[in-house]
Amino acid sequence: MTQLANDQALEFFRRMVKIRRFEERAEAMHAQGEIPGALHTYSGQEATGVGACMALRNDDFMVGNHRSHGHPIAKGAKLRTLMAELLGKETGVCHGKGGSMHLSDFSVGSLGETSIVGSGVPVAAGAALGSRILGKDQVSLAFFGDGAANEGAFHEGCNLAGVWKLPVVFLCENNGYAVSTPVSAAMAIENVSVRAAGYGMPGEVVDGQDVEAVYECVSRAVTRARTGGGPTLIEAKTYRYGDHAANMGRLLLDRGSEVDEWTKRDPIVMFRAKLLKAGHTEELLTEIDSEISEEVDEAVKFARESRYPSLLNSFDDVLTRRVPVPAYFANLPEGYQVEADENAVSLFGN
Amino acid sequence: MARLSFLEAIRRAQFSEMKRDERVFIMGTDLVCNVFGTTTGFLEEFGPERVRDTPISENGFIGAAAGASMVGARPIVDANISSFLYPAMDQICSIIAKSRYIYGGQATLPLVVRCCLFYGNSNAAQHSDRPYPMLMGMPGLTILVPSGPRDANGLLRAAIRDDNPVFIFEDSTLWGRKEEVPDDPDFVVEIGKADVKLEGSDVTVVAIGGSVPIALASAKLLAEDGISVEVVDPRTLVPLDNETILKSVRKTGRVVVVDPAHQTCSAASEISARIVEEAFGALRAPIVRVTTPDTHLPFSPQIEKPLYPNKDRIVDAVRRVLDHAKAKPQSARENV
Repeated sequence: MTQLANDQALEFFRRMVKIRRFEERAEAMHAQGEIPGALHTYSGQEATGVGACMALRNDDFMVGNHRSHGHPIAKGAKLRTLMAELLGKETGVCHGKGGSMHLSDFSVGSLGETSIVGSGVPVAAGAALGSRILGKDQVSLAFFGDGAANEGAFHEGCNLAGVWKLPVVFLCENNGYAVSTPVSAAMAIENVSVRAAGYGMPGEVVDGQDVEAVYECVSRAVTRARTGGGPTLIEAKTYRYGDHAANMGRLLLDRGSEVDEWTKRDPIVMFRAKLLKAGHTEELLTEIDSEISEEVDEAVKFARESRYPSLLNSFDDVLTRRVPVPAYFANLPEGYQVEADENAVSLFGN
Repeated sequence: MARLSFLEAIRRAQFSEMKRDERVFIMGTDLVCNVFGTTTGFLEEFGPERVRDTPISENGFIGAAAGASMVGARPIVDANISSFLYPAMDQICSIIAKSRYIYGGQATLPLVVRCCLFYGNSNAAQHSDRPYPMLMGMPGLTILVPSGPRDANGLLRAAIRDDNPVFIFEDSTLWGRKEEVPDDPDFVVEIGKADVKLEGSDVTVVAIGGSVPIALASAKLLAEDGISVEVVDPRTLVPLDNETILKSVRKTGRVVVVDPAHQTCSAASEISARIVEEAFGALRAPIVRVTTPDTHLPFSPQIEKPLYPNKDRIVDAVRRVLDHAKAKPQSARENV
């Protein structure tokens, strides 16, 4: 087991399964009302996240978006603090301040999963800039969607990276839709990657459901960046099985049988078959499956048993120094709750 | 008359205005799928030229609204969530606010930008902003914050008919509220006119947006103790109806201003400053603002919800302004 545990292919598999199991669990808990707010699941996109993140060093940087869960897991983050964050617990990776849209583990190189579409692209370019100014060889990678590719921030971040030849990889997770808007209604071109030419960088399309293809493609871009060759725009053609957000009570967009078509090319199913063909045993893969189930269970247990932040924690981390807390809030009793508004409407079915 | 929800009242107003005037069109993200329920039936009725899903390009499509309005179209932009205005701040501040001015009156921009104040629902800081105070400080913009279905319906119509750029902030905590709304397709609520939602004599509570029903609930509670609260709803933040607000202040002499925006430079701050400048002699106590404190909104619901104005805080503030003369110098409660 120890030797095989180091096998990269098994790690691809492990992380993809981890993401899928985590998302399934999170979606179920969200449906029960245990996870508040909006939940944007990554199921279907695992090969893109894992292939890309495993092409990065642990100290390379990564910026992502509201569909955040897959990114930290792909980059090797532990599940328990991610799950705790979903439940809004103090032990969460953002201490309950961020939630689902911001699952960001800086200890594995994240610089944040930001929920305003496109807003992470300049940040990734900037991390690359900072790395260069500091004489380091760290590379940064930006995850963003097809929708984000139409934001001004994308244009400006890419142009900056291009003209300054920054060590950054721009990875567009093109899953075909921005909330309810299909790519055909949002841009006049077929592939986001053609825009690379406008920024003086190479652009490439990759099959986002093939973890090894993504790994190979991103690895080349990472090497290019690290050796002074500048940025790359990679477009992974992928798919999310879920609607824009889970448990909304209705589908924002009914994609019909298209979902089934993509399920036939499920990244995990395909890779599992590849592993078996390469000589790995059914038993080993099943063992990995059950290890991961246990890990998810343990993460849920940890999250459930953790405490919530206290009201004064709401005033933490506005700045590096403390901001004034109005005495009214400082004097509220521990566990103070506001009366629920009977007219409140939640967008989410729970 | 029909008993409508806030969202339905908005839908009806923009529907009837698009029927009335074919120059009116609507664009924004996810309108065809009707993400918030304000465009049901629009595509079928008006067609894809006048009901446009946009790419996620706020600076682009809000700027495009400016251009379209300058050539005689009358766009409604649905920016979904108010935080999504930020990528468009240059088009808003440099173009929309200033074009008529810098071109010496040659440009007219009859546009409406609608967005919701999406707070109180564990959507974390980036989605939970209430940015109307930022735009209040930019001359050239009309800012509306309706507090219920009737006002939303009438103000939206007024906004669409107005030849100036108007920003409407629709408080999402009001989405489920229902109220009688006239069926009249010409029902208009005048821009720049506040509304006394409840008459009273002891304290004036000026409340904004989603704070209005909370203020009314607080007033009901205080009435049980014989305290008579007057609730004034500005409805329009710019231009503010000074007259109605000051008339109330001169009647009661005590003011609490409730605003879900952050404390610093809130609409409440501007209202307070005007009252002190214009009606200082009428005041019998300091003005107290009840706002969201100057911190971001956390995701975790238990520690997010208490930060917004609520009944407890308003009742507390009212008691403080009533007890002002008797308050000890070192009151345990500072800013409420």
